[in-house]
Amino acid sequence: MNPIVKTVLQRLGLGLVTLFVVSIVIFSAVTLLPGDFATAILGQSATPETVAAFQRQIGLDRPPVLRYLVWIGGVLRGDLGESFSSAGGLGGGHVRTVVSLVVPRLKNTLFLASFAALIAVPLSLALGMLAALYRNSVFDRLVNLVTLTSISVPEFFIAYILMLFLAVRLPIFYSLANVSADTPLLERIARCALPAMTLVLVIVAHMMRMTRAAIINLLASPYIETARLKGVTPGRIIFRHALPNAWAPIATVIAINLAYLIVGVVVVEVVFVYPGIGQLMVDSVSARDIPVVQASALVFAVTYVLLNLLADIVSIVANPRLLRPR
Amino acid sequence: MAELEYWTEQVKKGRISRREFMGRAAALGVTAAAASTLLAQAGVAAEPKKGGDAKFGLAHGATTDTLDPAAYPDTGTQVPFWGSMSNSLTEVDAKGNITMDLAESMEPSDGAKTWVCKLRKGVTFHNGKDFTADDVIASLRYHMGKDSKSAAKAVLEAITDMKADDKNTVIFKLSGGNADFPYIVSDYHIPILPANSDGTADWKSGVRTGPFVYDTYEPGVRAKLKRNVNYHKSGKPYFNTVEFLTIADVTARTNALTTGEIHWMSRADLKTLNLLGRNPDVAITELTGYGHYVFPMDVTQPPFDKVEVRQALKWAINRDDINKKVFLGHGVTGNDSPIAPSVKFARDPQPRYSYDPERAKSLLQKAGVSNLKVNLSVADTAFNGAVDAGVLYQEHAKAAGIDINVVREPNDGYWDNVWLKKPWCADYWGGRPTADWMFTVVYAKGAAWNETKWANPRFNDLLVIARAETDEKKRAEMYAELQQLVHDDGGALVLVFNNYVDAHSKKLAHGEIAPNWEVDGLRIAERWWFV
Repeated sequence: MNPIVKTVLQRLGLGLVTLFVVSIVIFSAVTLLPGDFATAILGQSATPETVAAFQRQIGLDRPPVLRYLVWIGGVLRGDLGESFSSAGGLGGGHVRTVVSLVVPRLKNTLFLASFAALIAVPLSLALGMLAALYRNSVFDRLVNLVTLTSISVPEFFIAYILMLFLAVRLPIFYSLANVSADTPLLERIARCALPAMTLVLVIVAHMMRMTRAAIINLLASPYIETARLKGVTPGRIIFRHALPNAWAPIATVIAINLAYLIVGVVVVEVVFVYPGIGQLMVDSVSARDIPVVQASALVFAVTYVLLNLLADIVSIVANPRLLRPR
Repeated sequence: MAELEYWTEQVKKGRISRREFMGRAAALGVTAAAASTLLAQAGVAAEPKKGGDAKFGLAHGATTDTLDPAAYPDTGTQVPFWGSMSNSLTEVDAKGNITMDLAESMEPSDGAKTWVCKLRKGVTFHNGKDFTADDVIASLRYHMGKDSKSAAKAVLEAITDMKADDKNTVIFKLSGGNADFPYIVSDYHIPILPANSDGTADWKSGVRTGPFVYDTYEPGVRAKLKRNVNYHKSGKPYFNTVEFLTIADVTARTNALTTGEIHWMSRADLKTLNLLGRNPDVAITELTGYGHYVFPMDVTQPPFDKVEVRQALKWAINRDDINKKVFLGHGVTGNDSPIAPSVKFARDPQPRYSYDPERAKSLLQKAGVSNLKVNLSVADTAFNGAVDAGVLYQEHAKAAGIDINVVREPNDGYWDNVWLKKPWCADYWGGRPTADWMFTVVYAKGAAWNETKWANPRFNDLLVIARAETDEKKRAEMYAELQQLVHDDGGALVLVFNNYVDAHSKKLAHGEIAPNWEVDGLRIAERWWFV
């Protein structure tokens, strides 16, 4: 069997197992938290009767194992269920399915992640290669200094600094990124500029340094030496000889950072009031809205599984030794 | 003219109304025209103007929010859905008095046990349906009954019967006399909803009677509403559209205001308030509401069962210090009565508790308690700064020989596992518009939320008598005594009444701001306008 197909199938199978385990872990974790949806929503005004009435309506009076089985059964049939905020008639006929909550938020998150990635990935690859080529030069040191500084500062701090200078002092960009479904594309891009810039600053260092390290590592190997001795230009050495062998570690780092862009940007979302999925999940955890928490967790797990798979495929395709194993 | 400047400042901050300012100015010998000019200079517009699209940044709002008035957990739902889209039968004005809204009059009889409520005629819902007695009954009934999960269930329990006398009259029968019944139906949980044909209330459609009509809503993100052209209050509302944005992060809220993304923000950052105040385009409003921070002691548990111990603890805390250091002075120190100074019948019981460790010591000696050691459970969920306040208190109490062990509880599940369970903890009350309501909910014997488990017989007898009394003068005396009893004997240590500190662009103008809830009594959309 073609090794790529084999890897994909293997990984997808393992991915399903991972998702199953994740769903159990998340469900148990949320169930173990003190309080439930009823007490979280009612807060201080929860009396035993109102809590009981609430729990009956959303089925929280059933044992957790049964609730989990009902939920996972639904997921297997492609039904992610309803948010507790509308289940059992609480929404009074306005059914709020988990899908209707998660999908718009996920779209927003993917938009911001792609926006940031489209800038960050080419930028860090280029910077990494240049830094490798001119290593230990002033340029190399400067790039390292700037990117390491930006990764060492907490992201909300970068966000506030950018906001202060680019939205408050010089009103170039918007300080709020609260886009909605009917925001036109150009305004959406303008509103997302500051959050995207923040994310770029946060992730560039990691990818740039890995590219630089991988290429420097290869530049010391004998076959590069040979190429250099036979008079190949530096650019050609890097693109033609070094980069194909460096793809594997770079792809892995890019995958990790892309996954971070999707699952880990809740702080940036809060600072810029961006309606992304991270904010939705945090809201749902504090309200103990288990179906939404589960669905978001599954989305995150799927993101990791798929991006890792993609990284592996890239390393196989880029490396002939892995592509045609003896 | 320092006094005139003072009053100008007061009207700017929303503490007195424009009309009142004119009165004060006249008393100081200033002509009406000159006073008007002063107001204009101070940024207080002469007359409300129509038009404009206003944007408000709220600190609250979650993806689990719905239109259901049984919940309305915070300003994220209260302001758009009640304060902007709906009306109740009555409304609390900026002075703390009750005024009629959808009701035209409410008359008590039979010792305030029966209330005849005449409804305003000619009011229509947003969909054109006429407002009638059936709607009132359906709306109130929605919160009552066994299966109700409404937060208003407890306050409406006293209603034993409601019936429509004719299309515009509803007669309420109560289980016991309550002179404050009009206040109860002003609650934000009880908007008037259109009745369905089967007598149930329709809250789902978002069709209400209020100044603004439902347009778009994304839970936890934004609510956009447009003007109700058929609104029953003449001339109102002033804005064309209003939009409420949930901006949980205070820095983001502040930036949104300074960059003009929003015109008004709730809960300004107290730490940087002076910096914000220097911005020439921004005005800050601050007023003391009904909400208060307390450390309630369970009086059935030793050592809190001894009144001397409770009083010693009350004398052993330096509230001014806590107000200054934890709340940065944005509050009014409490005196162990939970009735805010701006509530009707409020008194400041004497002697006012101040920091007096010697007095605390002698009280403990009198009670025969030496080496008092107590646990105080706190978490910042109870109120922001509860942990800091607890630690400061610990230091204050050392001088009186009291050892307070501050236990930091987890935020999660605080209301389930700590509040009403641990003998001494931290708590917050949003306050109630009447003394009776506050006492009945939290201090009466057997009340579900009686966090101090206090059961003073004189207090409980007098509370019922005062509730049914319709003679204002007699009531005032009774409430003075009730507050004195809570102050002397009760288990609640009231730290401070917190201030509502908000900021807005100077493009907005307002009248006197109501202190009964935050966000101008939750009705900012109806009451404010563009200059």
